[in-house]
Amino acid sequence: MTAELVRGQNHALPGTRLEIRVSAGKPIVAGATLSDEGRAVRGTSWVAHPGAPTLPGLEVSQQAAADHRLAVDLDALPDGAHQVNVMLALPVGVGGPVTFGAVAAPFVAVTGLDGTEIASYTITDLSAESAVVALELYRRGDAWKVRAVGQGYAGGLADLLADQGLTDARELAGAINEAVARGLARSVAAPPPRPADEARVRAAAQGHTAPGQPATPPDPAAEPPAQPVVPAAPAAPAQQPGDGGPVNYTHPRRQTAAPPPPPPAASPAAPGQHPAPVAGDATGWSLEERLYNQVWGMFEDLARTAAAYRSAVDFADSRMEQELDKVLSDPRSRIGDTGDTARAAARARHGDLVDQARAALDRDLAQLAAEAEVVEPALPVAFADWSSPVWQGYRAPMEVPMALRLGGLHLPERPDLRIPMLVRLPLERGLWIDSGRSGTDSLADADQLRRLALDSAVTHAARLLASYPPGAFTVHVIDAAGTGRSAFAPLVTAGVLDEPPATGAAGVTAMLKRLTQRVDLVQMAVRGGVADALPQDLDTGEQLLVVNDFPHGFDDRAVTRLRYLADEGPAVGVHLMMVADREEAAEYGPLLDPLWRALLRLTPVPEDHLADPWVGHAWTYEPPAVPPGSQVLAHVLDRVGAARRTGSR
Amino acid sequence: MTVNMTKGQAISLQKNDGGALTSVRMGLGWQAAPRRGLFGSRTREIDLDASAVLFADKQPVDVVFFRHLISDDGSVRHTGDNLVGGVGQGGDDEAILVDLQRVPVHIDQIVFTVNSFTGQTFQEVQNAFCRLVDETNGQELARYTLDGGGQYTAQIMAKVHRAGSGWQMTALGNPANGRTFQDLMPAILPHL
Repeated sequence: MTAELVRGQNHALPGTRLEIRVSAGKPIVAGATLSDEGRAVRGTSWVAHPGAPTLPGLEVSQQAAADHRLAVDLDALPDGAHQVNVMLALPVGVGGPVTFGAVAAPFVAVTGLDGTEIASYTITDLSAESAVVALELYRRGDAWKVRAVGQGYAGGLADLLADQGLTDARELAGAINEAVARGLARSVAAPPPRPADEARVRAAAQGHTAPGQPATPPDPAAEPPAQPVVPAAPAAPAQQPGDGGPVNYTHPRRQTAAPPPPPPAASPAAPGQHPAPVAGDATGWSLEERLYNQVWGMFEDLARTAAAYRSAVDFADSRMEQELDKVLSDPRSRIGDTGDTARAAARARHGDLVDQARAALDRDLAQLAAEAEVVEPALPVAFADWSSPVWQGYRAPMEVPMALRLGGLHLPERPDLRIPMLVRLPLERGLWIDSGRSGTDSLADADQLRRLALDSAVTHAARLLASYPPGAFTVHVIDAAGTGRSAFAPLVTAGVLDEPPATGAAGVTAMLKRLTQRVDLVQMAVRGGVADALPQDLDTGEQLLVVNDFPHGFDDRAVTRLRYLADEGPAVGVHLMMVADREEAAEYGPLLDPLWRALLRLTPVPEDHLADPWVGHAWTYEPPAVPPGSQVLAHVLDRVGAARRTGSR
Repeated sequence: MTVNMTKGQAISLQKNDGGALTSVRMGLGWQAAPRRGLFGSRTREIDLDASAVLFADKQPVDVVFFRHLISDDGSVRHTGDNLVGGVGQGGDDEAILVDLQRVPVHIDQIVFTVNSFTGQTFQEVQNAFCRLVDETNGQELARYTLDGGGQYTAQIMAKVHRAGSGWQMTALGNPANGRTFQDLMPAILPHL
């Protein structure tokens, strides 16, 4: 329940971590001052303003805006601070309104971190003022309260600050106005302001303190043959306790600076018909996120509409069976044609229901197919099929995409309706490209399968390399017996590998030792909160180890190291891609079961071994295929190699 | 216009303008009864749970409750478990949304139930109600008040069933006992 305050009224605050929202309709400056028990501001270091936006326990925005969110942590304020005064002012010298009388009444609200309003106040009686103290949060005993103040100053910020007891109020007001004017000038010239917090999250993610990494959801029944395709989990902000950094109050996935561009609007539908589908018609802060959510929405819709159809058909089948049994056991049905009539009626009822179910399914499938038709060409490279034209104009990206396409998924009800299988980046689990024959009824022989598995491993690796900015992703290859030499050749010739594939037992051991050490170091640094103490020459980018021909060239120690990498690597940016046949490692017995389970199994040929997270249908996974005769892979790898050499796009 | 329903009353789910309903919400709200006696400030939470069971020709096919929030076909969705109830201001504390157009063709009845998961009887619950709202415009179609409940821990509230080409709702208001919908199955079956 929100308390709507009037001027002078106060209200108890339930917690100490709060947000203050301001909306004014026109760009205004928001800031805050701290004062001690004697209501005195102890100098300019106790003022948070656009030129100095962060104080302990307090953060304001760096520019004038029509809407503000101020983060407050009352427990973290400097010693002696007993009061937080929230002030608003009109920007000076930018040609906007000069008095609050000329703008709509500013609205301020105190909210909890979850956005629930605790108290709100509309500052209604302003006229010639250009600065105003909106609220004060003050200490009463052990608790905090908020009071609606609404004290305006016609002399602007300088008067306001002077009234709070600051001696150099005029200089400070000048500095604030200058910072605001600078901010306004910048916001015109530059592209949409990049929120500072996002850069921080990204930098942190590279150092693997990982506030932005999605949490792994519980993984029910991960046993093969049906491995769930893990859905996007909302990220949990994983603030490392005691790592000493400033507390980041912003939602890790939410940008606050610029409102997202409006989603594309669907054209109005003719009455009684569904609106024409539009790419990006989902929620999200960027087109990429909207497309990702749309693809997952289509995945869920297809799973559910198929569930409705299958359940209706199952029901129709069992009902018909029962009815036919009843006819059979009814002695009257033996006389004349009553039995035949009853049987025909049962079959007709069955047919009716199945027809209805099929009609509903067809309606939904047509809708989804139309959506797929517009969504597929709109997908950015990381989400796009290799046949998409976006790959022809490929340029190395500036930032890591949110997800990666591992292939396509379809159901037998409509095999041509393919849902892109998108997984979040950074990868949460390793990949296992199964080169064995277990479970496949494909006609390809063992050698062909092995080669197909290698080729699809190379396309996965190429896509990963192409999706990360130059230098942010490194691929290592272990090819102990050299059987994958021709398959790995595209990677080698394009110059996207730092070193040639490791061969022989010695190569395997050296490679695994190096990567294990890296995992250890980064883990220790993250746990100890000393990420900056890592050696200078340590590559903190993401790493992918492609292992061909496992367990060839592996001794017991190397196997242990590999298992360690599979378990501990993903959290610190070291990922594993196994191209392997489980049968060939059978001599290790159940020892390796956890390894296979930890990896996401993909097949080089279509196979129905993946389950959706909602209903658990078996989906046919289709590996990503480069169109026959297309040079797209070589073209993209060339661009990646060139970008790595020059360090630019 | 809200119809205050009585037990066994049936209403047809037609809009005022004659169009068929496409999406309805079954809302459930309650408030714990104030505690009498010495330790009046001690909180005592009551967890009521709303469930919906989907039937095809009297066979339960799917159920939507706090452990399975969306029916497999996606047509019936539970907005999430509320463990303590509201402050009794009339808002829904738990809600089940039904997209009538998407309900699979073989499902012909959907039964809504309320259980007291924490075991208090409805005597201890205040301002409890269940209501049916037209989700497209927020209009309340029907309301059923649970007040004056007796010594029982569950109630079979209402059913929404196919009638002709549209849907109908019948208020059942049948008391029963049980912690979750499973315990209620024998009590539900006579109402199908």
